[in-house]
Amino acid sequence: MSEPILQVANLHVDFQTYGGVVQAVRGVSFDVCAGQTLAIVGESGCGKSVTVQSLMGLIPMPPGRIHQGSAHLRGHDILASKIIDGQDIRGSQISMIFQDPMTSLNPTMNIGSQIAETLEVHKGYSKSDAFARAIELLDMSKIPEAAKRAKQYPFEFSGGMLQRAMIAMAIACEPAILVADEPTTALDVTIQAQILDLLGDLQQETGMAIILITHDLGVVARMADEVMVMYAGEVVERGGVDDIFYRSGHPYTQGLRLAMPTNNQDTEANQTLVAIDGSPPDLFNPPRGCAYHPRCPYAMQVCAEQAPPTRTLGADHQAQCWLHHEMAGALPDGLVSASKVGQ
Amino acid sequence: MKPLVEIQNLVKYFDLGGDQRVHAVDDVSLSINPREIVGLVGESGSGKSTLGKTLLGLHDKTDGNVSFAGQVLPQRYRASDFRAMAPKMQMIFQDPYSSLNPRMTVGEIVGEGLRLQPELSASDVQDRVAHWLQLVGLSPDHRSRYPHEFSGGQRQRIGIARALILQPEFVVCDEPISALDVSVQAQVVNLLGELTQELGLTLLFIAHDLSMVRYISDRMAVMYLGGLVEVGTSAEVFFDPKHPYTQTLIASNPEADPEHERGRQSTTIQGEIPSPVNVPAGCRFANRCPQAMPHCSTTTPALKPVPTTSENLQSQRLVACHLFD
Repeated sequence: MSEPILQVANLHVDFQTYGGVVQAVRGVSFDVCAGQTLAIVGESGCGKSVTVQSLMGLIPMPPGRIHQGSAHLRGHDILASKIIDGQDIRGSQISMIFQDPMTSLNPTMNIGSQIAETLEVHKGYSKSDAFARAIELLDMSKIPEAAKRAKQYPFEFSGGMLQRAMIAMAIACEPAILVADEPTTALDVTIQAQILDLLGDLQQETGMAIILITHDLGVVARMADEVMVMYAGEVVERGGVDDIFYRSGHPYTQGLRLAMPTNNQDTEANQTLVAIDGSPPDLFNPPRGCAYHPRCPYAMQVCAEQAPPTRTLGADHQAQCWLHHEMAGALPDGLVSASKVGQ
Repeated sequence: MKPLVEIQNLVKYFDLGGDQRVHAVDDVSLSINPREIVGLVGESGSGKSTLGKTLLGLHDKTDGNVSFAGQVLPQRYRASDFRAMAPKMQMIFQDPYSSLNPRMTVGEIVGEGLRLQPELSASDVQDRVAHWLQLVGLSPDHRSRYPHEFSGGQRQRIGIARALILQPEFVVCDEPISALDVSVQAQVVNLLGELTQELGLTLLFIAHDLSMVRYISDRMAVMYLGGLVEVGTSAEVFFDPKHPYTQTLIASNPEADPEHERGRQSTTIQGEIPSPVNVPAGCRFANRCPQAMPHCSTTTPALKPVPTTSENLQSQRLVACHLFD
């Protein structure tokens, strides 16, 4: 694997509120390599978005606070300063697309000018050069009649077209990393497939890394090289996409998979959905021990008392779960132990 | 078997003024048998929700008929029609955040329908509400709380209790799980499945999540730009789609299986669903269809039976496409 361009270690983010301190992200570490896609998966409120927003400097401080951890982009500490060589990294090195393109664009500016603005600010293009480049970018994002569309306003675009325009804007300065926060959740499946194809094609052409936040395991299976499963502000499992889908080592990952119908003609007769009972914990006061233990079907006494250690299950595959401890006995069906890997 | 709900050539247009009309539902016919779960899928803007609402009289019908247990329902509902039909046909809404009145307690919301039964005493109403809250997995103590105190999944349970307390025979579920997290979706789907079994309900389950619709429904109907393009058992439609639009839709559905996804062809369909204002003549899908023929853009294909492979003789496989003429 190539050298990582972004290295995040032991990141902690919390929010001071009247009700107390919300510990939104509790010790997250990950690396991102050029040309690779890292998917961050988990339920709402597990800290996926806060993690990437804190890297982008999009967390309002106060009430937010990054009280521990580090993040380095090609060796530069981006938590301390967003400026590298006189340039703001946001837009030029890391850019972001959001779930709802309708509310993330300026309704009073035409699409072309909004994209051109990025180029004027970061690259010092003249107004007319920037607009001409904006049309090229819209064309790259496969928007038909780009020259005409560039002069139109967001309300004249459909949801799928707006997401393409957002992507055009995000790739304007050829960023090293594109963060996509639930980019297709608001779209229909046919449009989702088009947008995912577009992201894949652009990644091939430019070699950028993608951090994809989603709760749809189908999208993960389609796009991801590496997967990080988050629960209650922590990473519970991390590995290659095949490790997560075929050799999952954490009950939460398994729970997410069993909660979705699989479309297999042979096994469909006996399939039932297994819901994960309850809801994610309150992050004002995360549970002691493993945060997942109140919902875990295999919880043991130790799970409620001590945080589980990180176990390595294979090359680049780790899970945080007591079930992998020597004293835990046989593993439940469907989970893979460290010793079985490689057989 | 006689169908419980029979839709015949139902049409719903919305006038925009001038000559412009939105063809939201255009000549839809569909029969739903007692105790059957029919899934209705299609992209946004295809008219799924309008069809569901028109069935229940929440929109006036422009043309066509809906009959319930043999009785033809009025073209335009009056207050007395709603009072008569509410105990028989109900709806579960998509957004559990905006479909519950924030100024009413959960007890008032769930018990509101019981006002149609004035013979019930206040304590009977209380008891029924408590019973239904328990059935949907909430606690009777939640009666005096307000909707904002609940999570999305819990609110959807409140919406289910509200719809089912009158013990209707037919329920339209309009995207009941789209706003929920994956793990909570499974909770709500399992709850709906159990209650449907226990109470002998008939459901029209509207959703855009194809895997979930295939999982929950007996039959599946695919809608495109106001019209039905394919109807059949869920397994047939999902694993052996006939209509080019259904094929596209199923092929776009991402599967939670990396090996399957790596073998996937790139998307075959370009473009988006056209505007339902002043719909073009001929097959509505012709301009995006990879297999379009010259006469597709001039003649509208009818929904016609094609040979079925299902053992269930009750079910008919219907496709609206000139490829099967």
